[in-house]
Amino acid sequence: MSYKEKIARRAAREVAPGQVINLGIGLPTFIPHYLPPDFPVMIHSENGILGMGLRSERGTEDRNLIDAGGGYVTTLPGASFFDSALSFALVRGGRLDIAFLGALEVAENGDLANWIIPGKFAPGIGGGMELAQKARRLIITTTHTTKKGDPKIIRSCTLPLTAAGCVDTIITELAVIDVTDDGLTLREIAAETDLETVRNRTGADLILPGGGAAAVPTF
Amino acid sequence: MGITMDKTTTAVEAAIARVGDGAAVMVGGFGVPGTPFILIDALLDAGVENLTLIKNEANEDHMGVSKLIEAGRVKKLITSHLGLNGAVIGMMNSGEIEVEFYPQGILAEKIRAGGAGLLGFVTDIGIDTILRENKQMVTVNGKEAIFEPALTADVALIHASVADRAGNLAYTKSGRNFNPLMATAADCVIAEAERIVETGGLDPDAIHTPAAFVDHIVPIRDVTAEYGILQHHVV
Repeated sequence: MSYKEKIARRAAREVAPGQVINLGIGLPTFIPHYLPPDFPVMIHSENGILGMGLRSERGTEDRNLIDAGGGYVTTLPGASFFDSALSFALVRGGRLDIAFLGALEVAENGDLANWIIPGKFAPGIGGGMELAQKARRLIITTTHTTKKGDPKIIRSCTLPLTAAGCVDTIITELAVIDVTDDGLTLREIAAETDLETVRNRTGADLILPGGGAAAVPTF
Repeated sequence: MGITMDKTTTAVEAAIARVGDGAAVMVGGFGVPGTPFILIDALLDAGVENLTLIKNEANEDHMGVSKLIEAGRVKKLITSHLGLNGAVIGMMNSGEIEVEFYPQGILAEKIRAGGAGLLGFVTDIGIDTILRENKQMVTVNGKEAIFEPALTADVALIHASVADRAGNLAYTKSGRNFNPLMATAADCVIAEAERIVETGGLDPDAIHTPAAFVDHIVPIRDVTAEYGILQHHVV
């Protein structure tokens, strides 16, 4: 199983029946594949869709129906289409139960940086800032470290923020971590790794739940 | 009494002649759906320059509004995200074009406010980020917030799936996006439509943009390949 599959599969378990969710571009779009068949969920897409289904199978694409990343998608019974102002009224107005986004950096206080590396990467803002700031729950799905091996989870962000104190949970190929008032709390650890590895690859302190390392479940 | 106005014109060049050098132009669309490719090509042929272009994104390299930008016709782009357009990102980085970014829903709301005759609105989006730099700050209920001015344009280019001759418009699926907002926010609104019906042929409940907002309707004679499926987005 690839790290993407591992993260998406674990992230899917955070979704409760009946929730309204948004999936950021990239890895989060794999999450619906790991929801049980007929699982009741409404997927929102920034370009004006509520009730999105899986990607269109080859040959069944509709030229008028894409997600915010440009991929051809299907809709489920109960779906609706709307304009871009209404689409973000849904987000800013608090109707979104969970947003799943990627990250460049996440700080131990829940700050998120994921939209710009000044002088290197500046494609724009998109819907990420509003999703990060206003979703009821923000779950970051990301590799634990950068391609160079540097920690993405750190004490404080060095890059310009997307939103402050917005992250609730971080799901990586190594761990599930909750941002709490006390700091970063290790909720689960990947079966393929160990606590020392996770700590070595994390740039901030990790709090263990009551019972210590032995009590941390694996995934 | 009846509605006899016929806003359809096959002279796309005459309609597009409303866009002069230095004009601010809103262009509907989010990716291919809702992008008015035929009107964009007509604007390219018209040769006008120094445009301020307002669009959610810049389509993809060599497509849609990217053709205008790559031809050097646009001095300033007001947008949300350029992630699928390396050509325009390159022009931005080399200073060939000025780009002003907004969060997607804030861009939409600026246009909505402009079309609604409002001067702007107040928001907390971006309050803890570099976006607050150079913004007018206000206090609402004791909390700091950003005043965001409304956005209007000289001309809006709109893609509808169906129009009647009076100028009522309806959009299809994810092709709606910024189109109905931009159709309210420009002095002159030009809409291309894949299908034209006689006035009275649309269910009033199914009309997304009422005729009063629309000045010209350009029929799309044939839906060309650029409106079709992009193979690199097929799984």
